[in-house]
Amino acid sequence: MTTTTAPHTSSAPAPSPLSLGLRRVRIELKTFFRDRNSAVWNFLLPVLLLVIFGSVFGNQDLGPGITFAQYFVAGMIASGVLYTSFQNLAIAIPMERDDGTLKRLQGTPMPKVSYFIGKIGLVFVAYIAQVTILVVVGVVFYKLHLPSDPAKWFTFLWASVLGLISCTLLGIAFSVVPKNGKGASAVVSPIVLVLQFTSGVFFVFSQLPHWMQVFASFFPLKWLTQAMRSVFLPDSAASLEVAGSWELPACAAVLIAWCVGGLVLSLVFFRWNKRGQA
Amino acid sequence: MSTETTTTPLVVPAPPGADLAVRVRGLRRYYGETRAVDGVDLDVVRGEVLALLGPNGAGKTTTTEILEGYRKRDAGDVMVLGVDPAHGDGHWRSRLGIVLQSASDLGDLTVEESVAHFAGYYPSPRDVGEVIESVGLAEKRRTRGFDLSGGQRRRLDVALGIIGGPELLFLDEPTTGFDPEARREFWELIRGLRGTGTTILLTTHYLDEAEVLADRVGVISRGRLIACDVPARLGGRDESLATVSWREGDEVRTEETHEPTRFVQELAGRHDGEVPALSVHRPSLEDVYLSLIGDDEEPAS
Repeated sequence: MTTTTAPHTSSAPAPSPLSLGLRRVRIELKTFFRDRNSAVWNFLLPVLLLVIFGSVFGNQDLGPGITFAQYFVAGMIASGVLYTSFQNLAIAIPMERDDGTLKRLQGTPMPKVSYFIGKIGLVFVAYIAQVTILVVVGVVFYKLHLPSDPAKWFTFLWASVLGLISCTLLGIAFSVVPKNGKGASAVVSPIVLVLQFTSGVFFVFSQLPHWMQVFASFFPLKWLTQAMRSVFLPDSAASLEVAGSWELPACAAVLIAWCVGGLVLSLVFFRWNKRGQA
Repeated sequence: MSTETTTTPLVVPAPPGADLAVRVRGLRRYYGETRAVDGVDLDVVRGEVLALLGPNGAGKTTTTEILEGYRKRDAGDVMVLGVDPAHGDGHWRSRLGIVLQSASDLGDLTVEESVAHFAGYYPSPRDVGEVIESVGLAEKRRTRGFDLSGGQRRRLDVALGIIGGPELLFLDEPTTGFDPEARREFWELIRGLRGTGTTILLTTHYLDEAEVLADRVGVISRGRLIACDVPARLGGRDESLATVSWREGDEVRTEETHEPTRFVQELAGRHDGEVPALSVHRPSLEDVYLSLIGDDEEPAS
């Protein structure tokens, strides 16, 4: 073992937070896709659910030219937002707090904002990959119609982006709830499942009990699934909605509200340290 | 404490006017009723290796984590490279290297990917290949973290600690779990770093490690620095009595003396040829350490 270079005392400029954030994106993606657990959970499960539900209920007609499979694909794409952002981060960050990742990073000159840029980049790439898989499976096996109207793609874009931002921030805030990394998925997964059941992913929303509809309308997923249905279902399917329309302005408003709420919650509650270590 | 019985102070301060990398005065950190750090004064001179010894729970890690900027303090003045760690910014951090106690992160990345990635955080990092070589991981360059042995993982930790070319390096129990050969190799690495002028603050449980590596040794007990000096003089070690022991017939005799050489000469004169089972024992660093800790834990009489 040899050491040859003297310590630096030069005043070279520090790397910018953005360029370090992009480096973090690369390292997050490498770590994410090499870790088999997260890859399985985030990519195979939604496709598996799609195949199972599609095979069992797929041919039930909800209306003229509308199958449950189409309804379900839209719900799974909305769920993909929740999986890749909220669930992913609310599980991964406690694990990083446990295994020393966060403490090690805290001891370096890396600006904290670069860490969050890395997480946001990871979430967006994972979501794009997941949506691509779901859409391809939906089109090939379940007669999902891709919209030709640019306005619908615009809805898809803003719903995805607002959903990802709000659920990413909520995932960062929620990462303080699990006591440790090991137990994180046991705390987080049931929440995601409950939201899916009550928000019109596994069941047709308008057929749910009224109190369940009210409960779900406080959370982003219900509005996200509704916006996704407006993209991937024919216009005639709007009559299946509780309001008889897609309520897109309301969808956008609730998602924006959760972006703000998520930002406040993550700023107030996020911690780098384990409890009692400061 | 039994400091009254010693003539020299147990905590020998750094020479006046010394260029200090770390200056701590009256540092306190309480957790409820627990006084984790209870009035620590400590100087680390630029360019030296200072080893902090102390039992588990004595406050070593809390003290170093305050210096590293991880923990808050309740009282005291702390300067690390001229900056209060409570207000340390990115530029300050880029001048530090921190090797924490056990971590299990970076398992999915190769050694080279991890070191290259962390190099990017620093304004003027060292050469990635050279750092990997210097910690002895050249052959494991493309091995993922999960596939490294405990000792190899620790070397990766050190590589990440020195990649920024730190002026001050913190090493928290760096060789815990090493086999003897790995520890010796690690010591060479630390000596090499010291040779380049890096200031090193090391905490360890191994007294031989402190003796071999450290310019000065500090002993922390019950939240206070109870002794600090060069290893050869710690706790008045150089002035303490030597024990001469030998055998007369079936009986082992011992004599404690300030002048072992003269005593052995006399002894040799009383014997015809070899003195049976002759040995001269001076207190080892371990003896001194244990007596310092022991004195501190007994209530003052």
